[in-house]
Amino acid sequence: MTSSEKAMATRRDVLKKLFTGAGYISVGGIAWGGLLKDAKSNPLILRPPGALAEDDFIKACIKCGLCVEACPYDTLKLAPAEDAVAVGTPYFKAREIPCYMCPDVPCVPPCPSGALDMKLLIKDSETEPSINNATMGLAVLNKETCVAFWGIQCDACYRACPLLNEAISIVTTRNERTGKHAYLIPDVNADYCTGCGLCEHACITEIPAIKVFPRDMVMGQNGSHYVKGWDKADESRMNDLKKQETKYDNSAALDYLNNSDDLFEDEE
Amino acid sequence: MKMRLNRRDFIKSSAVATVAAVAGISLPKEVQAAAETAEENWKWDKAVCRFCGTGCGIMIATQNDRIVAVKGDPAAPVNRGLNCIKGYFNAKIMYGADRLTTPLMRVDEAGNFSKTGKFKPISWKKAFDEMEFQIKKTLKEIGPTGIGVFGSGQYTVQEGYAAVKLIKAGFRSNNLDPNARHCMASAVAGFMQTFGIDEPSGCYDDIELTDTVVTWGANMAEMHPILWSRVADRKLTDSENVKVVNLTTFANRTSDLSDIEIVFKPNTDLAIWNFLAHEIVYNHPEVIDKDFIEKNIVFATGFADIGYGMRTPDHPKFTEKEKETVKNEVSKKISADEAVTLGYLGLKEGDSMEMKHRDAAGKHWIIGFEDFKKALEPYTLEFTAKVSKGDPNETLEDYKAKLQALSDLYTEKKRKIVSFWTMGMNQHTRGTWVNEQSYMVHFLLGKQAVPGSGAFSLTGQPSACGTAREVGTFSHRLPADMVVDNPKHREISEKIWKLPAGTLNPKQGSHIMQLHRDIEDGKIKFAWVQVCNPYQDTANANHWIKAARLTDNFIVVSDAYPGISAKVADLVLPSAMIYEKWGAYGNAERRTQHWKQQVTPVGDSMPDVWQIVELSKRFKLREVWGSQPVAGVEGGLPSVLENLNEFGYNPNNTLYDVLFANEYASSFKIPDPISEGNLNTESIGDKRNILGSDGQTWKGYGFFIQKYLWEEYRKFGEGHGHDYADFDTYHKVRGLKWPVVNGKETHWRFNSKYDPYARKENNGQFAFYGKAMKELPVGNLQTPDPNAPKQKLTNKAKIFFRPYMEPPEMPDKDYPLWLSTGRVLEHWHSGTMTMRVPELYRAVPEALCYMHPKDAEKFGIKQGDKIWVESRRGKVRAHVETRGRNRVPQGLIYVPWFDEKVFINKVVLDATCPISKQTDYKKCAVKIYKV
Repeated sequence: MTSSEKAMATRRDVLKKLFTGAGYISVGGIAWGGLLKDAKSNPLILRPPGALAEDDFIKACIKCGLCVEACPYDTLKLAPAEDAVAVGTPYFKAREIPCYMCPDVPCVPPCPSGALDMKLLIKDSETEPSINNATMGLAVLNKETCVAFWGIQCDACYRACPLLNEAISIVTTRNERTGKHAYLIPDVNADYCTGCGLCEHACITEIPAIKVFPRDMVMGQNGSHYVKGWDKADESRMNDLKKQETKYDNSAALDYLNNSDDLFEDEE
Repeated sequence: MKMRLNRRDFIKSSAVATVAAVAGISLPKEVQAAAETAEENWKWDKAVCRFCGTGCGIMIATQNDRIVAVKGDPAAPVNRGLNCIKGYFNAKIMYGADRLTTPLMRVDEAGNFSKTGKFKPISWKKAFDEMEFQIKKTLKEIGPTGIGVFGSGQYTVQEGYAAVKLIKAGFRSNNLDPNARHCMASAVAGFMQTFGIDEPSGCYDDIELTDTVVTWGANMAEMHPILWSRVADRKLTDSENVKVVNLTTFANRTSDLSDIEIVFKPNTDLAIWNFLAHEIVYNHPEVIDKDFIEKNIVFATGFADIGYGMRTPDHPKFTEKEKETVKNEVSKKISADEAVTLGYLGLKEGDSMEMKHRDAAGKHWIIGFEDFKKALEPYTLEFTAKVSKGDPNETLEDYKAKLQALSDLYTEKKRKIVSFWTMGMNQHTRGTWVNEQSYMVHFLLGKQAVPGSGAFSLTGQPSACGTAREVGTFSHRLPADMVVDNPKHREISEKIWKLPAGTLNPKQGSHIMQLHRDIEDGKIKFAWVQVCNPYQDTANANHWIKAARLTDNFIVVSDAYPGISAKVADLVLPSAMIYEKWGAYGNAERRTQHWKQQVTPVGDSMPDVWQIVELSKRFKLREVWGSQPVAGVEGGLPSVLENLNEFGYNPNNTLYDVLFANEYASSFKIPDPISEGNLNTESIGDKRNILGSDGQTWKGYGFFIQKYLWEEYRKFGEGHGHDYADFDTYHKVRGLKWPVVNGKETHWRFNSKYDPYARKENNGQFAFYGKAMKELPVGNLQTPDPNAPKQKLTNKAKIFFRPYMEPPEMPDKDYPLWLSTGRVLEHWHSGTMTMRVPELYRAVPEALCYMHPKDAEKFGIKQGDKIWVESRRGKVRAHVETRGRNRVPQGLIYVPWFDEKVFINKVVLDATCPISKQTDYKKCAVKIYKV
């Protein structure tokens, strides 16, 4: 079998598994057909590690299910029709089964289409891919419902974090109300958080106070026109400077200057 | 008149109540009452957290006879309204769907007990019929020592007291020992040997008052989270000056806040304490508090050849593999390191140390300061660093610098310093020694029993102090630090309990490890498990599970949920849980806290007090108080039936009549002002009208049994340094630290400024007035001098010299890794409660094997792989975690024990401290391989 044949065969198996008992068995074989029309990117869905940017990923993913098959924790699922996710594409729900961040990343190499790519797990300065470089998502903490902000000694998310003290660390502040206890507040660092979701899974509130979203949904972006004066490394943001050019146009200035109406008080 | 409040009024008045309570202001009655009744749909009442030894106060909301919410009690001094996440879920622990609701027995098809039968529901009456039959059979066959009870540091005070009274006074058996043996027996032995009285001199306020917190084998961040948040707060108030040091065998969450993290090799804390003493005595004699030592201290030592608390290798149940380790119990090859530290005994490398003093492990005698100093000589920085460095990837120079920094903190003259420890120092084959060593260093510096300074033993269980220790549910103890082998103590107890002289058994019973061993050996044929899970929590578990299931005996397990112990039992009794009964717990700072029954027990479950007391109805005095055979007591126990008249008893009275429903008991009428309007299943029955032990509807004892048990119990300590307040007082306050004298609690004991007992001795600033082991022989480092007269040590404490020795099992080529076990913040002990709280289960659903990434690589294992962890005793499967909360050094793995599916106690060695009999769960040798 060629690798693409193998991919197809596995895809069939996976589809069978996925739809058995869900009333889809009659769909049979590889009948994404009609469903695929609805395939569109979903901005809120978590993808496997090493996934292309969402729009590219949707285009590249052939919905073969090999990544799902390779996942030892059953974290990855293929999106069924009713989910608002491009049908048949792999995704995971952190609260149900998070990504356990296998160091050998078994889900990525089987991808025949390049939708998942080990190269995306290589950091600029490194040569080897590492799951620690994954950018599946970013954890966001809701301070009103996180019990650590009440003074409860929890930190379950922190202790669940595989990159503890990097992706989540603890910030300690005084609890002025009691006068003798400290708040131990979890703090997410986007530079390290991979979006594995172990924190969301571990969170002890009924609806998790820490949730993982795709990074683009959470991250802001700074313009390159201002660089931190105290941080040499921040200048790296200037590496991609586009050629900056201003087309000057005197007419706007003239229009402004020649219109003196607004200098006088309005008359009724 | 019923006050009606609108919502805004309610918020106002409850806010006032909270603020007032925190500020210690007492409120006008009407406002107080309003705060209690403002919400019509639920009712708040004070209680205490079910879980650890910290002793956080909580408030419980009940609605329609169900607990619907909890909140931290803002008025509780320990936690001021806060909790950890176990405390956060107190409202959910009682409502797991598989709560045991009815007695269950293994029966045959005819419904009769059968050891090989399946569990089927039976009535309470049938359960007690079978227990009665089995106990009487055992008494006939073996005598009182054929009965054993596994007790608990999670007993309420009243439960523990009722158990002691029934087992020791009623059945005349001392085979009652708590799981607390596994948790702080070494701390107890350390206190008794050093101070002559149990429990810490300081209190939690030391945290706010100290400059330095040193944790020795105590991962406070996970195991005492609320206290840890107090340490964190102290650090924040003065982060430059306040220092935190974490001494541990693996990096853990307590390291996060630490200025210095010292990762040492298992068991070498013995060497590090001696290094500190060496630094003081040899290099900084100016910091010795000479005046304090002169007035208050003697130097002492004991034997080193005391074995490791294991059975001898000739025991028929050992496998050949086990014997490879067990042989050290009788004879141990001296290693190169031990040749240095045991040189004072004339031992050289390769010599065999014959364990001649296994039976005199706790014996000790006075030595001179010069001998003490000489014995410390080997513990130089160079030597100690070489012996104790625990992380192979750290340089010796870096490690030495840390030890030096640690020493500098202790010896800084004006610096206040608290040493905290928990299981790392207690679960240790030299646990008593290492406890004593902590006092050695603090005493030398005069930094003990003063605000902000002291060696402070933290406890694990919520009433390890309050019940196991103070009530004396240990096999050698009676209430208030008294012991069964002291005739005077028996006499005092017999007097309070109104027993004929000679009723109490003078022979120490079996400690918890020995209870299992006795069951295996057929010496105990009836065992009762109360408020613990000994078949999951005991080391070398394969032996004990086989012994319970495959031999001729009868095991009763009282529990709220089905766990491993219930699974191996013959009879399972459904127990009421904490807030389904009245009770009291005592925490690590000597604080006693009472609560009221909040709800009716689930199903047909009943409180442990009731179970104990109901059993007492089944025994007539003539059946238990005649002469009884007891191995090791010449002539056995005497018959005391002849002396019953003098107490107004007759041989046909039951143990219930005499021990629990006596004249004093019935003077506690119910209702009384404290009980009014509250549930009380034992005293007045409850709405369920369950069929009780006699098959009749349960209507209650008719007297206030919990109040009676408390009031009788507190007579033991009154006037002897263990004074408690009366029952009613505890229902008004947020706990009090004993001794409670003239209504006032005691913050620092042995210090005349704070402790009325010390003041009374008129001995200057300090009086170590504990009475136990205060008359000692005198000798040299090797042996006591039989000819020298004994010395009395009134008001003195002891500084012990104890050498460094290796544990009985260390990694070798076949079993190349250390295994350490312990807990995680999310789960309590064997997980029977917390694994049933969905949120906590989700947070940590299984126990992982923490491993260094380089070890994983070396053994061909990947993160997340399932592996076998195998010792000479057993093996379990676990998933590997090379990241996360515990970062172990190369050469050591860590597996928590809460998860019955990762039954790590099958692997652990059942060696104990020979003095305290506490098991060492922190070190044995294992190999690992992929499943």
